[in-house]
Amino acid sequence: MTPRMTKFVLAISAPLLALAAAFVITSIVLAAAGDPVLDVWKQILSMPERRNVANIIDNAMVLYLSGLAAAVGFRMNLFNIGVDGQYRIAAFTAAVVAGEAWLPGYLNTALAIICAMAVGAVWAGIAGVLRATRGVSEVISTIMLNAIATALVAYLLRKASVRVEGSNAIGTKVIPEGSRIPNISIGSGPGQEIYGFVVIVVLVGFLYWFVLNKTRFGFNLRATGRSTTAATASGINITRMVVLAMLISGAVAGLVGLPILFGDSYQYGSTFQSGLGFAGIAIALLGRNHPIGVAVGALLFAFLNEQSNPLQILVGVSPDIVAITQGTIVLTVVISYEIVRRYGVRLEQQAVAKALVPEPREPEEANA
Amino acid sequence: MSTPATTAPPPVVAPPPTTRRIPIWAMIAAVPALLLFLAVLENVTGAHDLTSSGTIAATLVATTPIMLAGLGGLWSERSGVVNIGLEGMMILGTYGAGYFGYHYGAWAGVLGAIMMGMIGGLLHAIATVIFGVDHIISGVAINIIALGAVQYLASNTFVGLPGGGSTQSPKIPDVPTITIDSLSNKLGDIEDNDTFFISQLASLLRALCTNLSSLVLISLGLLILTWFVLWRTSFGLRLRSCGESPVAAESLGVHVLRYKFVAVLVSGGLAGLGGGVLAMVASSNYRDGQTGGRGYIGLAAMIFGNWRPGGLLVGSGLFGYTETLGLRQGGTSVHALLLAVAVLALALALNQLRHGDRLAAVVIGVVGIGLGVVYFLIDEVPGDFTRMTPYVITLIVLAFASQRLRMPAADGQIYRKGSAG
Repeated sequence: MTPRMTKFVLAISAPLLALAAAFVITSIVLAAAGDPVLDVWKQILSMPERRNVANIIDNAMVLYLSGLAAAVGFRMNLFNIGVDGQYRIAAFTAAVVAGEAWLPGYLNTALAIICAMAVGAVWAGIAGVLRATRGVSEVISTIMLNAIATALVAYLLRKASVRVEGSNAIGTKVIPEGSRIPNISIGSGPGQEIYGFVVIVVLVGFLYWFVLNKTRFGFNLRATGRSTTAATASGINITRMVVLAMLISGAVAGLVGLPILFGDSYQYGSTFQSGLGFAGIAIALLGRNHPIGVAVGALLFAFLNEQSNPLQILVGVSPDIVAITQGTIVLTVVISYEIVRRYGVRLEQQAVAKALVPEPREPEEANA
Repeated sequence: MSTPATTAPPPVVAPPPTTRRIPIWAMIAAVPALLLFLAVLENVTGAHDLTSSGTIAATLVATTPIMLAGLGGLWSERSGVVNIGLEGMMILGTYGAGYFGYHYGAWAGVLGAIMMGMIGGLLHAIATVIFGVDHIISGVAINIIALGAVQYLASNTFVGLPGGGSTQSPKIPDVPTITIDSLSNKLGDIEDNDTFFISQLASLLRALCTNLSSLVLISLGLLILTWFVLWRTSFGLRLRSCGESPVAAESLGVHVLRYKFVAVLVSGGLAGLGGGVLAMVASSNYRDGQTGGRGYIGLAAMIFGNWRPGGLLVGSGLFGYTETLGLRQGGTSVHALLLAVAVLALALALNQLRHGDRLAAVVIGVVGIGLGVVYFLIDEVPGDFTRMTPYVITLIVLAFASQRLRMPAADGQIYRKGSAG
């Protein structure tokens, strides 16, 4: 094998190893609980129908944005646990702005998106400023900000809301038709459409890659993440970088709820999807903060979510089993990357040792 | 070092103590001082629930799970392992209490909670100590796994039981509570008298001798035990040395990995017990989403307490108290707190001014005046804001206190055996 091939095989084998391990562990849990292991996997690994594919892509879009938001922070060694609060407060803002319809048509949409990003950025920025100026751990402050965001949104929702027709749920004003983002059809028939927001999602993914890998700012950010001392020595203003990274992370987090808002619900209500932030952290870890990797992770999580939905009806097993699989994947991915890395290092060392051993071996043997 | 070796060594100066240790008498005096402060506040604002025995009793119950989670964090971080998986371990604890408590009785529930928490701890220990996984990654994964696991287990084990379902367990039998009847009644009379300060003192004592759960007492005992083990035994010294400088510890013959492993296991057990208290004392069964982020808050309380048991108790008490106020007649009580915070902020601003920090003084002063204005403009704080109070207070306190804190030097670093060379 050429060294290049070895590197490729090693890179591929880590996630495969992780998936296999997660598969085995989940099976053990299922078997221990006395549930039909085979039936569960048959359902989860079955070929999804076109309708389900559309759902998977929709869900993956949202998870991808959430994962990228977390990944921006990770690249800088910042743990933005607060994506959850940031996206909820931002989606609420976008819903209010779009619902009021101060501007016509798509201008209204653009304004709402910008407002959402700004609010997400500010909410994350609080944690960034506290970290940069007061040394408060961003892990703790973003968790506190999550709880504060929950209460704040509940309060504002009650102030700004109108009653949804025919139910007790409350929500913001419905976004006018001209400002919605049309869905894109991926087949024929109802339910086979994905959010038109996908264009923006792909754009965000590209920008993430471009800014981090091709610009000076991205270099500074990654350098600070690797070693603050080295970054300081090369003249990078760490305080500024911390705040900026949190602002960007928050701005991306602000986008998380928007595909749903502009493509499906058209208003922010008390039933708006929650818990997307924590999934994003797991997905960013899974995808190693790489734009393609995060996308694969998001698709995998969305696939597991969608395929496990009918488990309760079909085989009488709680779909929550998938959360165990997802959490296990996060853990096994990290462990298997570490194992593969150690193995790769050993291979390299062996190769180097072989190359360094002098061809005529007699003198050495004489010494021994 | 570029300094030539021939120059005379600089005179040895003892480094200034980083934190002034608070003498023990000050800690004991703090309780009546705090009561006096609250008594004054009660009289000024007319918010009568601030120090009622009901509030104090509820505060004890609300504080205990947070304190236990914080204690778990203390064990783990003192050994150098960051444990953000406390939340997950607590979740496992609530389920353990529900399952074992229902089937085998109250004390089995307590043991079940500890055991389930330890399973979470074991997972964290295997991932971080043996495989060297980043501590936060492992913690996040454990939180996801724990949540999924208890939801899955609950729908497997609680459905069909009387009062049970996929989101809650049947009622768990209670652990014994302690009540001293005669004393409780007498103190109740004094409390109702509304004598300044004496009533407040009576309500505190009354809360301590009426329906005090034995689990709350045990938890306080565990706090003291933790202090003793970690700061007064050689085992504790070795454990803390693993968190400060594992390389030095290993070169002195300490089995660093073994100590870390044990510490994380204990950490999981304590967090699990915290979940158990939530299910058995604060409530009477396991419920989905019962922990509500208290594991994270315990971690915040521990950081607030500067990685020490006494500070941790104060931090979790502050959180438990504000949480309790928010739940009971929240509107008026939190309204009264606004005034207290405004006054404190102005005092702090004056203090900053005395030290010559003009900017900080102005910022804090403006915040104080703003809160004071809000206090006089509204009569009651809306419910959503009272629920926010504990989090806002934690954030503010951390913003002011963080720079004086010192975490274990090697906290969060991955250590591999043999690094000492």
